[in-house]
Amino acid sequence: MSINSNALGSNKLKKRASLTDTNLLLIITIAVFVVMYICAVVFLKKGFTKPQMFFNILNENASLLVLSCGMTLVMITGGIDISVGQVTSLVCMACAVHLEKNGGNVFTSILIALGIGLAFGIVQGFLVAYLEFQPFIVTLAGLFFAKGMTTIVCSDRVAVTFEPFVKLCRTEITVPFMGSVNKKGIYIPAYVEVGVIVALVVVILLFCLLRWTKLGRNFYAVGGNNQSANMLGINVKLTKFLAHVLCGLCAGIGGYLFFLHACSGSPLHAQGAEMNAIASSIIGGTLLSGGVGNIIGTLFGVLSLSTIKNIVTSLGLEDAWWTNITVGVMLCIFLLVQSVILARKNNKKK
Amino acid sequence: MKEGAVLEMRGICKFFPGVRALENVDFTLREGEIHALMGENGAGKSTLIKVLTGVYPKDGGDVTLSGQPVHIKSPQDAQNKGIATVYQEITLCPNLTVAENMYIGRTKGPLTNWGKINRDAGKLLDELGIPVSATEQLGNCSIAIQQMVAIARAVDMDCKVLILDEPTSSLDEQEVQKLFTLMRDLKAKGVGIIFVTHFLEQVYEVCDRITVLRDGKLVGEYIIEDLPRVQLVSKMLGKDFDDMADIKSGSEAEKIDYNGTPVYQAINLTGTTGIKPFDFEIHKGEVNGFTGLLGSGRSESVRAIFGADRVVAGTVKINGEEVKIRKPLDAMKHGISYLPEDRKLDGIVGDLSVRDNIILALQVMKGFFKPFSKAEAEKLADEYIKLLSIKTASQDTPIKSLSGGNQQKVILARWLLANPQYLILDEPTRGIDVGTKVEIQKLVLKLAAEGKSVTFISSEIDEMIRTCSRLVVMRDGKVVGELKGDDLNQNKIMATIAGGES
Repeated sequence: MSINSNALGSNKLKKRASLTDTNLLLIITIAVFVVMYICAVVFLKKGFTKPQMFFNILNENASLLVLSCGMTLVMITGGIDISVGQVTSLVCMACAVHLEKNGGNVFTSILIALGIGLAFGIVQGFLVAYLEFQPFIVTLAGLFFAKGMTTIVCSDRVAVTFEPFVKLCRTEITVPFMGSVNKKGIYIPAYVEVGVIVALVVVILLFCLLRWTKLGRNFYAVGGNNQSANMLGINVKLTKFLAHVLCGLCAGIGGYLFFLHACSGSPLHAQGAEMNAIASSIIGGTLLSGGVGNIIGTLFGVLSLSTIKNIVTSLGLEDAWWTNITVGVMLCIFLLVQSVILARKNNKKK
Repeated sequence: MKEGAVLEMRGICKFFPGVRALENVDFTLREGEIHALMGENGAGKSTLIKVLTGVYPKDGGDVTLSGQPVHIKSPQDAQNKGIATVYQEITLCPNLTVAENMYIGRTKGPLTNWGKINRDAGKLLDELGIPVSATEQLGNCSIAIQQMVAIARAVDMDCKVLILDEPTSSLDEQEVQKLFTLMRDLKAKGVGIIFVTHFLEQVYEVCDRITVLRDGKLVGEYIIEDLPRVQLVSKMLGKDFDDMADIKSGSEAEKIDYNGTPVYQAINLTGTTGIKPFDFEIHKGEVNGFTGLLGSGRSESVRAIFGADRVVAGTVKINGEEVKIRKPLDAMKHGISYLPEDRKLDGIVGDLSVRDNIILALQVMKGFFKPFSKAEAEKLADEYIKLLSIKTASQDTPIKSLSGGNQQKVILARWLLANPQYLILDEPTRGIDVGTKVEIQKLVLKLAAEGKSVTFISSEIDEMIRTCSRLVVMRDGKVVGELKGDDLNQNKIMATIAGGES
């Protein structure tokens, strides 16, 4: 290992700071996504050459993106929240029923979504942080509770016909310069849905939270070693609690985005979304053991996961099990790569 | 309130289930002094510090800070009140950068100003001569650097009280000197420093005053000049220096042929656990002991002999023949048995039955693919349960439901069954009742009389004098003396442990 003399002329020898684990994993994630997408563009062609394919991935996954960001926060503190998928389902159903059967408006439906998310976040956060229950078990209970509640609210699919909301669903925001020309020579502009904008705003806000606020840094400290964090003067319980509350809030927002995309409520909505969120976070470089992770990584995690699915589909392997097998394999490869790189780095220092 | 006291603790009590960790302890820290807090393991030093820093709530007593009664609720609270702490174990976050570890949890405002903390940290690291970049991830640094970063964090706080709980254990000589310079600077600025260490030399080098604790009780507070080393050691161990009423062990010692070939001989044995290379030998029928304060390296020495920790250099001879002992199994095959210090961690397999625990070592030596028949195992177990009068409901009882003393006997049985020629017992009498202690000591002497060699380690010097015919004395990882015959008395032992002028 090279040792450079300090540029300031200090007589002490210092080596240049090596990458933090978080940044190293982030770079790997981005690299993998870029390589994968380029490969898809070059070898598969089909839709991949059109920018709209990329925007469709965003349109499809705005909800998952927000859920994954919340999941990342909790995972950085060393916890996990597996209730988010069912909370999404509950939010869709509650909002759908509110709009269709109770004559609510869009604004109140948003409040309901946020309220449900927050309520789950607060209760689960309290149980995990202050009563020190296992996050897995607490949120498993939350999962079942949300599942049951969804069916109580309504056991059938509820399609939303409420005019202002449907209009909001159908709103397409044109992305300038990204359109493409079809076979007949007509220019078709590229577009994203409203949900994508919301999701990206959430990504930016949470990125800033993790990077520049004390609360965000406390998440990392608590996940790194919660006893040390306590000794360093961090309120560990409050930090864990807030991570769960934020994750709950994200579940509320993500739920509403799902609702916005699906324009309906159903007990079958967002089945297994929590698993996709966990997978995205992990692909994005978040360690299940806590203390390492990045929101930008999670963004690329979501993109990678969806791109894999799209590639599998465009290869003509339509069956769901092909997608699942590919995702499973990819996840394993990712973990392997991550652990090999981290292990190599840690060996080097000795 | 005493003159110039920055911190006063009065009548501090702390109970854990079944243990009185602190009983009515007083402690006073004055402005601009370095105050050593001394005591053996379990004396309550760490508990006192954790009470002071709000890690544990206290069960009684008052704390006064600069004359104001305070109630410290949490480490955060302690920090805000001007108490900075460097703990024995590193309490930083390995996933954060050096700079962040120095400033997290103590900056104002809701935002982290990266530029500022990196600059400030860089400046402070330079000042203290810590060779690390502020933006390096802490987990990539050596333990010594991490410890220095923890110290840098603590000294940068504008604190009235600085607590250093064994900060020097992972530092080398030079780094220790750097730390001492720093401590003297802070002292000159009027900071009160509490210094916990088990290195006596360091206490006498840098401290002004000593408070000694023993078994959770206050022994006393002394000005350093008034308390010579040997007195300090006797206060820590709770033995009166002038107490000459020692029982000399029997006459067996004289029968040992010290000129014959030793059963076990080590030359220049070097381990990786921080002990200096040492020579050691033991003869047939001899009981010897390793003594020294906690952390002096007595356990590490016997672990090196048994191959339980990695040995990097040195020659080992068994009955005059050179052998290689790299791992415990090698030692076992050469007839060495080791009863570890921490039976919960290293010794018992809690869920296995008493019988399985007894035959475990023999089974390992025989190989796992040649199991004992049930009848054989039962016979062996029965024999040793009787021999050592182990109190257990049956052979099939899981060992974890036995009392501590009986667990110890089961492990002893395990090693006796292996029929060793050399038996190492590390603290076999800790945490068991007096009756069983005496039984175990008698057994040790009986084994020696039968021609086995035994190394016996105990924190109780009385026990060592009663059972051992030769004592190896260690201090700070070094063998500093060997006592036998008439030298084997409390005064001489304590003087040797203390070292220096006595």
